[in-house]
Amino acid sequence: MKEDELIPHLFRTEYRKIVSVLAKRFGFEQLETAEDITSETFLTATQTWGLQGIPKNPTAWLYYVAKNKAKNFLQHTAVFINKVSPEINNTDLRHDELEIDLSPQNINDSQLQMMIAICHPSISSEAQIALSLRILCGFGVEEIADAFLTNKEIINKRLFRAKEKLREEKIKIGLDFVDIDKCLDTVLRTIYLLFNEGYYSISQDKTMRKDLCLEAIRLCMMLVENEVTNKPQVNALLALMCFHISRFDARVSENGELVLYEEQDINLWNPDFISKGGYFLTRSASGNQLSKYHLEAGIAYWNTQKADSKEKWESILQLYNQLLQLEYSPIAALNRTFALAKANGKKTALAEAEKLKLNDNHFYYVLLAELYTDIDNNRAAENLQKALLLAKTVPDRQAIQKRLDNLAK
Amino acid sequence: MEEYLILMRLDILTKEAQPSPEQMQVYMKMYQDWVGGIAAQNKFVGGKGLSTEGKVIKSNQVITDGPYAEIKESLAGFITIKANDFDEAVSLAKNCPILGGAGNSVEVRKIVSVHSNNQ
Repeated sequence: MKEDELIPHLFRTEYRKIVSVLAKRFGFEQLETAEDITSETFLTATQTWGLQGIPKNPTAWLYYVAKNKAKNFLQHTAVFINKVSPEINNTDLRHDELEIDLSPQNINDSQLQMMIAICHPSISSEAQIALSLRILCGFGVEEIADAFLTNKEIINKRLFRAKEKLREEKIKIGLDFVDIDKCLDTVLRTIYLLFNEGYYSISQDKTMRKDLCLEAIRLCMMLVENEVTNKPQVNALLALMCFHISRFDARVSENGELVLYEEQDINLWNPDFISKGGYFLTRSASGNQLSKYHLEAGIAYWNTQKADSKEKWESILQLYNQLLQLEYSPIAALNRTFALAKANGKKTALAEAEKLKLNDNHFYYVLLAELYTDIDNNRAAENLQKALLLAKTVPDRQAIQKRLDNLAK
Repeated sequence: MEEYLILMRLDILTKEAQPSPEQMQVYMKMYQDWVGGIAAQNKFVGGKGLSTEGKVIKSNQVITDGPYAEIKESLAGFITIKANDFDEAVSLAKNCPILGGAGNSVEVRKIVSVHSNNQ
């Protein structure tokens, strides 16, 4: 790797590990300190490696320096406590208490606990994502601001308030303190939100958006690799994300336009991710709880099969039927109606579509247009015009315009 | 919007009246499509299916095997939905596929009071 790419790359992979281990060691009230020490370590690396060249084992170098800085901090704290409260005996830290454990096992455990602590319900979900991006994914504040289409000040405030909350709530780090399933609920939701940021976001930077998806997948992978959190719904979410990301490169054309599913170039679909998705989908088929991630993963699986078979659409329809009963969402309702058209015919679907009444949702009119096509093309065009008025983003408007053009042909 | 119960009654006891596995598949799809349609309108709250076995206890404390089968139809299950008014609830219930079978029926009731242990 080129010299000037090494440190940013190492930042991405090692920052979170060191911060997590230190935060676990110092306690969460000291999260800022953990971050400071880690940032200083990288600063020292930048200065030293620039002058003395890159060390043989850069990661080991980082760990060594971080440990020393952390030990200094602990010793200073002990001295401070000693001076302030002389009646406290034996605040001299024993030798082993000074040790910072950067073994692979502790690194994994610490990151897991960090993930669970960050996804505490007292923190807003946007703050959870921002904190996850910052600490677990090593994103810079500017990068996070870009992803949320907002500015640095707002993100900094969000991060600050979130960390305050963590201090206030005296979040205990430790897997035995928590109700794993409840925790996983929040953690999985955050990971999924992170993934959707990358998949659907309108920020122009394509590489950045794929990075977000990959980070979400990586975080989920961490959960799957740990015994305590390796649950069926976690595997289902991982399968779901793998299936979706397999089409990432085919979704947006060279000039940034959204490419409709029917028009995507299958050669741009990533078969590796599709097979990974299949693997995790199989692993998710255990236990007796059907989560919404299971259902969405099933639907995502069928979307990787381009062929228009009866089985495909009947399966997707039934999966959406179940998904909607579990948790309603307008998009699921619209997609279900589309599958209904394919499985039971356009007439039935049109009757159901009219009942949806999602009048402020431009996708609703796109669906109606799709259903009216070849039945009543005038009404189809009318609905597309309505959609055009409601669409908010350039890619969406372009996609609708394209359908209008196709109709006119 | 308020909640309504849609109760479904079929003959679940008479052996000859029970559907074959193939018919069962067809009915299941029709049923799931009906419920899915209600869920797509964001009007589905919950649903429960009931066992075919049951007990009936009368005021003289005599217990007989249920379900309550003084009439041929027994309660097979129910779903809870949301609707703006009774008429709307009825229009949703009208599409219940069990109504394709002679003798089957669907009852619509409004939920007017709730005891709950939810905080």
